[in-house]
Amino acid sequence: MSMIAFDEVTKVYDDGTVAIEDISFEVEEGTTTVLVGPSGCGKTTTMTLVNRLEEPTSGTVSYDGTDVTDLDPIELRRNIGYVIQEIGLFDHMTVGENVATVPDLKGWDDERIEARVDELLELMDLPPATYREQYPTALSGGQRQRVGVARALAADPDVLLMDEPFGALDPITRENLQDEFLDIQDQINTTILFVTHSVEEALKMGDKIAIFDVGELVQYDTPRNILDDPKSGFVEDFIGADRTLKKLQVTQVEDIVTAPEGPAHEDLVASIGNGQTAAAADGGDLVPVGPTDSAQVALSRIIQAQTDAIPVVDDGDVLGVVTESSIRAHRDRGGST
Amino acid sequence: MPAIHTVPATVSIPLLVGDFVRFAVDNSASLGELLAQHINIVVQSILVAVPLGVTLGVLITFNDSAATAVLWLTGVIMTVPSIALFGLLIPYFGIGKPPVIVALILYSQLPVVRNTYIGLTQVDEAAIAAGRGLGMTRFQRLWRVRIPKALPVIMAGVRNAVIVLIGIAAIGAFIGAGGLGDYIFRGITDANTAMIVVTTVVLSILALAFDYVFAVMEQTFRLRNGEDDLEELLPIRLARRVAG
Repeated sequence: MSMIAFDEVTKVYDDGTVAIEDISFEVEEGTTTVLVGPSGCGKTTTMTLVNRLEEPTSGTVSYDGTDVTDLDPIELRRNIGYVIQEIGLFDHMTVGENVATVPDLKGWDDERIEARVDELLELMDLPPATYREQYPTALSGGQRQRVGVARALAADPDVLLMDEPFGALDPITRENLQDEFLDIQDQINTTILFVTHSVEEALKMGDKIAIFDVGELVQYDTPRNILDDPKSGFVEDFIGADRTLKKLQVTQVEDIVTAPEGPAHEDLVASIGNGQTAAAADGGDLVPVGPTDSAQVALSRIIQAQTDAIPVVDDGDVLGVVTESSIRAHRDRGGST
Repeated sequence: MPAIHTVPATVSIPLLVGDFVRFAVDNSASLGELLAQHINIVVQSILVAVPLGVTLGVLITFNDSAATAVLWLTGVIMTVPSIALFGLLIPYFGIGKPPVIVALILYSQLPVVRNTYIGLTQVDEAAIAAGRGLGMTRFQRLWRVRIPKALPVIMAGVRNAVIVLIGIAAIGAFIGAGGLGDYIFRGITDANTAMIVVTTVVLSILALAFDYVFAVMEQTFRLRNGEDDLEELLPIRLARRVAG
């Protein structure tokens, strides 16, 4: 069952600007869909149709099977988390009060709100004892956005809308928050609609990616399929020339692990023993990869250790090896490059 | 009307300060009475003016042309000389306190309405957008975000209004409203310098005291809003200057 569905949706603003035209796609429950495209392509407008900050000119947007225009906008928004690039924290309230906003609007009792606020601050790596009573102006940009995300998740929404949430942060903070958010995503099973103009971010965060050109949805697919088979020149240009490397980034080691072959691999696996690292061909140490690491990480460790294979270890069990040739073979499997 | 103790006719310049002190001591009871009347007029005006001005300021945030019109009108009122305004109000409110209180309410509208409007409209737009996206109604955005954020600015407007009112209220004595203006007008008529100077000093101290109280309230609101770049209050600044 799709959580959010767009059916032939068109949005024309009062001044005649066509923001999006005839958009149809569905977002499965519990997945993250990233809307990506250049600025002015209509991706943000598409997102705001979901919580009725904008109304469609024609077509239907449905939330959990119901046309959103049949739902009370205030109720709908309280059931949908919302994060914006500017964060928009209430600077006159403490961090705790900010996070408590939606539960408070929904009329939860104080004890429940307090417990929920602490739980979320914990989840966002902002220890409540230190941060709950602070004012947002005392926080760094990254911390402020963490509070923004906590506030959006406070009433345990089924759907979370994120409009370039990490766009205004410096690259290091952005990467940290992306990684943390991927972890959080595994814990919360929320359907997420995420808007960004960065292809890298889309590939990293999305289970599915919707690529927008001016007002038009040009391709909607998994990161892997988009990289393998860009449907148009626009998509190809938008992904960039380093498509092959990006493909490695979205490929997980568990998809390309092979059984050890020949004495060299047997030695490699045997050398792990009880230690954390294997003996590399050049006499140095080789850090094994985990099944959820990307093929890019595996390849860079292989190149760094000047070897041709790296063991895959999960919780102390050796699952097999990843070789340079298995990475190459996987790249080719998609076909079109 | 309080009794007046006149200063002996043999006045020489070096003795002036002594005369002022003597006048103040001799007439402290009647000065106190006039001061109480003065405070009473100002407080009564403010009690009506602030709710009225804040309400107007909130209402005009919903309509830009109404905002322009109301702000223009409150500005125009400010330009009418107080004596003239009293004169215009006498046919409707008689003489004494009522027309003066009405005039003071009118005069205080510019700072109160303007600051309320500015405070409410200059709230961080991202916070408003976030509030809307999180499911706050328009009234909740006003009550939970705009007004609390604007309170220090509104308070600054009230503070401004009170100082202006304390001065204008003195002129109200001219049409029989009482207050410290009584002694100023009588001092002018009788060419009684000590009376004029002492009353003016009392008036100034009153204005400074009110200013300080409202400044403290304004700062309290700022602190409660988590603002940290606070302007230091006068006593603290003076203390530093003396120490440094």
